[in-house]
Amino acid sequence: MLRLISDNTTIKFIRLKTFSFSLSAIFSILAILSVLLIGLNFGIDFKGGILLEVRTDKKISISDIRREVSNLDIGEVSIQDFGVKSDYLIRVERQSGSDDAQQIAVEALKGVLSKAFNNDIEYRRLEYVGPTVSKDLISDGVMAIFFAIIAMLAYIWFRFELPFAIGAIAALLHDIILTLGVFSILGLEFNLSTVAAILLIIGYSMNDTVVVYDRIRENLRKFKKMELKELLDKSINETLSRTINTTITTMLALGALYLIGGQIISDFAFAMLWGIIVGTYSSIFIASTILVYLNIRRNKESES
Amino acid sequence: MLIFENWKKIVILFVSIFAILFSMPNFVNNDNLPSFLKSGEIRLGLDLQGGSYLLLEVDSDSLQTDRLNSVADELRIALRSANPRIGYTNLSVADTNLTFSLIEEKDLKAISEIILNIDNSLIIDDKIYSSIKISFSEDKIKEIKDYAILQSIEIIRRRVDEVGTNEPIIQRQGEDRILVQLPGLDDPERIKRLLGKTARMNFRMVNETASIDEAMSGRVPPGSDLLFELDPRTGEKTIPYIIYKRIGVSGDQLVDANPSMDQYNQPVVSLRFDSTGSRKFGDLTSKNVGKRFAIVLDGEVISAPVIREAITGGSGQISGNFTFETASDLAVLLRAGALPAPLTILEERSVGPSLGKDSINAGMYAAIIAIILVIIYMLIIYGARFGITANVSLIINILLVLALLGVLDATLTLPGLAGIALTIGMAVDANVLIFERIREESRAGRSNIGAIDNGFKEAFRTIVDANITTLLAAIILFQFGSGPVKGFAVTLALGVITTMFSSLLLSRGIITIWYNRYRPDSLNI
Repeated sequence: MLRLISDNTTIKFIRLKTFSFSLSAIFSILAILSVLLIGLNFGIDFKGGILLEVRTDKKISISDIRREVSNLDIGEVSIQDFGVKSDYLIRVERQSGSDDAQQIAVEALKGVLSKAFNNDIEYRRLEYVGPTVSKDLISDGVMAIFFAIIAMLAYIWFRFELPFAIGAIAALLHDIILTLGVFSILGLEFNLSTVAAILLIIGYSMNDTVVVYDRIRENLRKFKKMELKELLDKSINETLSRTINTTITTMLALGALYLIGGQIISDFAFAMLWGIIVGTYSSIFIASTILVYLNIRRNKESES
Repeated sequence: MLIFENWKKIVILFVSIFAILFSMPNFVNNDNLPSFLKSGEIRLGLDLQGGSYLLLEVDSDSLQTDRLNSVADELRIALRSANPRIGYTNLSVADTNLTFSLIEEKDLKAISEIILNIDNSLIIDDKIYSSIKISFSEDKIKEIKDYAILQSIEIIRRRVDEVGTNEPIIQRQGEDRILVQLPGLDDPERIKRLLGKTARMNFRMVNETASIDEAMSGRVPPGSDLLFELDPRTGEKTIPYIIYKRIGVSGDQLVDANPSMDQYNQPVVSLRFDSTGSRKFGDLTSKNVGKRFAIVLDGEVISAPVIREAITGGSGQISGNFTFETASDLAVLLRAGALPAPLTILEERSVGPSLGKDSINAGMYAAIIAIILVIIYMLIIYGARFGITANVSLIINILLVLALLGVLDATLTLPGLAGIALTIGMAVDANVLIFERIREESRAGRSNIGAIDNGFKEAFRTIVDANITTLLAAIILFQFGSGPVKGFAVTLALGVITTMFSSLLLSRGIITIWYNRYRPDSLNI
């Protein structure tokens, strides 16, 4: 049977801590700077506005559409083509004024398009979010991520000990910051499914962290005299094969989703793929490594 | 010999058969299956089958304003007919408050009794006699809001039914919102047009003595409104009319409305009144032959014809600048009745049927490719025996998720499909944990039996701990997510639960039975 990782690896992960912490720190700072300076490319879920996906039989160009909508007084319009056929995504900024204003703009937009392209145009998807709802969605998203972090903190604290919980949360924050950073730097649309992806990354990263922690706890009981650094390295190495295999199977599944799952889901799959890479990294290099600095009680029988 | 209790074997057998049978309706033609299996068919979300999701808000403040306006009317009469007469000025209603000033402070004592006589749920702020404020109590406001929502839901349901879409879902959400889900709708614009209208219609006399020019410059005579006919295409105001506020006949008194053609082949809406309506309409038209009356819908004049003769039969016709479509829309609105308060569309997500189909296909291909890749990988890494075990348990796992989604009547959305793909990746994690542990135990010099036994036992705790974190994330996602994201949380949570079964029971069962039968010298893992 194939072993991607040899049976008895003895990689000194903890010794890399200066390097890995600096690396994470640099990337985290870059991510934070990017979010602060460039910002996130919020989708209509959070910004409000209109998204219209159309398909035409005839080949038309972006400038054809732009010419038609330019006469409408509906603010900034962005048009993007994708897919094999003539598929276009038309995004319109949030209309000022009341929630009704969005609806009026939608009708105007559809009106000119239908007229210009002789009804050869198919409206595949229409989403619009008014200002009231986008505010609710933002607060729901922030609350969800906040509660997820709290829930994980409480769970790890309950199942392990406080230092473990602190390590796990440090890893989580690291993953969230880097995910936000990659969305900011690449200018990917940040929407409701991105929030769902972040929650999943939280779940996955914790899953990975818990597996290593579980082994650390087991070894703490088994090898009461072993130096902590050595013990952490041993635990990470023992679970390394599992970590790699699970990461690969999950990435295979998400890779399929990213490549052929369709345009709507691909950003979500991308966020998850990224999250799995940073989540795997952080469970070793943040969550476990940081335990060296935290005061883990040895010689104490923790709960079984 | 590895021990595996018989009851566990029975559970595995039952659950696996359940998974295979109840996931079948999603793969084979439904007509060939016994009817009890049909519950396994998964309901598709609007993003996969096409349809519209609308979040509406009921402007219940405007209903409060309406109610306060009628309080104001009664109050005017009551103050005027009080003995001795009570002097007041500036009586007006704005939003959710009615305000007026008393001329003399001594009237303050009598005032609250008069007001409470009109409606005892009113809250009166009469600290200053020259600035009295009246509003509804908290309880009454809640009652008004509840009424507005429930009545709106009823009217929306009637309007949606008139358009004829299958299985609409209309439900209250929060204090003043209504969620409308309309599967498989071809033309969401029409239903949005219909829901956007309050459809309060009434027949009122035109004030032909007043001067339009004066009204246009802001001096509308008291007791009248300045209203306009609109251009049906551009929505611009065209002809102005001065119309008495007094309602001759109200649209509530209609029993039927239908689109039809008049003698000039123009689209019109034919109406039939109930008995009170017929009498009122007869009175109004017979008293006012030769005068103009206006048909007013939501503050806009549809038309203002001259009454040629008394109409006493209880039925009538309204003409206007109708197309057949607008005439039939108006008929639908009149039949369904008026909304108690205006609705605003806060959020809309509509997906055309062709995009839905594309999404299902893309999602299914992705899931199938994902399964194949993972199966191959597991075979390479863990060899035939353990690889096949993991793959059997993976496939049963996925079928079980599908069967449960169907039986629990959950909705599968596009993010839900992503959840299934993710479950595929993570479901094998449990098996990976177990197999790695068995390898380790084996390496540490344990016997084959000892390695398998310990592998499962030691991995058990890790699997539970690790999966609970994912379950927590799923629960939070369900709490805070909306629509499609909720569907994702459901598949994810189901995936966690089925993974526990497939790894801790099914995989273990397969390995145990295989080991006990063949007693291999080496585990080959």
